[in-house]
Amino acid sequence: MPASPRQRTEMSAFLDSQAAQQGQLKPSAFPSVQAWREQALAQALRVGFPHNKLERWKYAPLRPLAVKSFHANATDAGSAIDATLLPPAPRIVFFNGRFSAEHTQLNDLPGVQVQSLADALACDDARRLNFLGRQFSDAEAPFTPLNTALAEQGILIDVAEQAVIAKPLHLVFISQGAPDGSRYLRHKLDCHTGSQLTLIEHHISQDGDAGLCNQLMHIHLGMQARLKHIRIQRLAAARLGFSRNDAVLSSDAIYQRMDIETGGHLSRHELNFSLQGERAHVQSGGVLWATGGSTFDTRLSVRHQAPNADCKLVWRGLADDKARVNFYGGIHIEQGADGADAALSNKNLLLGPQAQINTQPALEIYADEVKAAHGATVGQLDDAALFYLRSRGLPKAQAEKLLSQAFYAEAFEGIADKALLDALHPYLPAILHREQEGLT
Amino acid sequence: MLEINDLHATVGGKEILKGFTLSLEAGKVHAIMGPNGAGKSTLGYVLSGREGYEVTGGEILFNGQDIAGLAPEERAALGMFLAFQYPVEIPGVNNTYFLRTALNAQRKARGEAELDSMAFLKLVRQKLSVLDLKDELLHRAVNSGFSGGEKKRNEIFQLALLEPKLAILDETDSGLDIDALKAVAAGVNHMRSPERAFLVITHYQRLLDYITPDVVHVMVQGRIIASGGPELALQLEREGYASIAAAAH
Repeated sequence: MPASPRQRTEMSAFLDSQAAQQGQLKPSAFPSVQAWREQALAQALRVGFPHNKLERWKYAPLRPLAVKSFHANATDAGSAIDATLLPPAPRIVFFNGRFSAEHTQLNDLPGVQVQSLADALACDDARRLNFLGRQFSDAEAPFTPLNTALAEQGILIDVAEQAVIAKPLHLVFISQGAPDGSRYLRHKLDCHTGSQLTLIEHHISQDGDAGLCNQLMHIHLGMQARLKHIRIQRLAAARLGFSRNDAVLSSDAIYQRMDIETGGHLSRHELNFSLQGERAHVQSGGVLWATGGSTFDTRLSVRHQAPNADCKLVWRGLADDKARVNFYGGIHIEQGADGADAALSNKNLLLGPQAQINTQPALEIYADEVKAAHGATVGQLDDAALFYLRSRGLPKAQAEKLLSQAFYAEAFEGIADKALLDALHPYLPAILHREQEGLT
Repeated sequence: MLEINDLHATVGGKEILKGFTLSLEAGKVHAIMGPNGAGKSTLGYVLSGREGYEVTGGEILFNGQDIAGLAPEERAALGMFLAFQYPVEIPGVNNTYFLRTALNAQRKARGEAELDSMAFLKLVRQKLSVLDLKDELLHRAVNSGFSGGEKKRNEIFQLALLEPKLAILDETDSGLDIDALKAVAAGVNHMRSPERAFLVITHYQRLLDYITPDVVHVMVQGRIIASGGPELALQLEREGYASIAAAAH
């Protein structure tokens, strides 16, 4: 569907407010980077903001983007980072959309090489920037090309072959004191052959943050690499978030991922896995707990491209008040990807009379001898269970919380063991705080 | 302890309790027997405050307090307990955690100090020794995958732990084999005391062989039509509900 003149005008105004039109792009020393950015910006302008008649944008409220002004790289020089929000080292910290060398502490982390995108853009090795040249179809626009055009910040992480990193590496994004900032961040994580890493992403913004953040991360797992990746999103109520993660797995790679979202006016998350190597394994768990006026819009896509790969996707959505949780789970098994084993479970709880859940599992299978299962449900808390707990003395709110926690706990199974959950506890949103031994 | 006067209650707009009257003193065990559809389970839910069970007339006094408007958790904190006919499975919630949370919620509501996990564990050990309950059940999810007998034992274990003033047992004998029935009855008998009252709702006389009631009431069509001593249960077993109901008219 071609963009209407209005859609293009809105995109142009959106870019004006951020001083991000053609000719205003920050020049790059690399002609190729410069060309990619200009092409990408042209694509975003051509496509405009997507209409909600498009299936993939049907339930995402994009109006705030079209009617608001944002300021590029807005920072408040006077505000200091709230250090109590910082997890222990090793950690990489971004403050108001900028890499903070001051708060980043890697100390002694042999086997891990880290470079900020700003540094990579200033270095003389063009090959390190090839990932910026990735082309996106119009259907994936405009947020991915906007990211290509405008991202000056981000992180490049390389985990060396066979390196086993025992301590979790924290990747922290904190926004405070810049209410209408727009941020574009681009990251790359390379886990080379046989390496092992646990990465914990924290996305935190303080009350009053009504800014926009557009993040894109490329993740590559080499043969037999193992990545455990936790992403905790606890953004302020007015914040707009567009996140995309593209992961590519080689043979025998194991990617366990846990996404937890509890904040933001709109939190759009596209999570794509390409299982390119034989016996690649993905386990993806998600808890989307939307309250107030939040809309969470998650699109999951797994492409089986090699034989005997498997994926297990367990996502739980909870919507309270006027919140909306939208979930799309697509599994695509290509020709030749025989022996695939794919399972998707998406269960949702409606906790308020005005809350809304939309869920759509989609399976496409072009291979033989595959196992594929999917299930999606939308329901409410069980009255009988609620009465049972209350009859034993638990106040209604406590009983509801306990049942809600029991409901989503399944998504953590097999990914986060008790030790990891305990370690995560201080960084989990309050709504997810659980008693030490509360859940089985 | 419990005074129920001319109680009327509806479920989904349909009147189930139609003038139910009962007086139960501390230290006593009253049995309520009745045929299917008499309103026995409804009585248990109405007394416990389940949503959807609406009191439309009469009163329920618990130690002199009208409790008709109280939430289930408030009644629990006052010392009321319902052992469910069908205990609810709650996957994902640890049984021990559930029990401690329940006990502490009640203690908190009564203005008593909450028990820490050590003190609670000690209490659990003590109560476990009284009741034949497998330790392993405490570490599983509440009633999840429990056999019928295990579920009922878990109910009685909760009764022992929460030490209510009034326990309502709703068809606790249903679905139990004879060994489980004896074990459950032994647990209940152990809990009998001059300060505690029991309302034992049952379909069959069998349970009353093991839990001897002080008074037996016959409930038909939402109210009590006959009351007597334990011998009334035996008469019911011999003659059936129809003859008693006919005699009452």
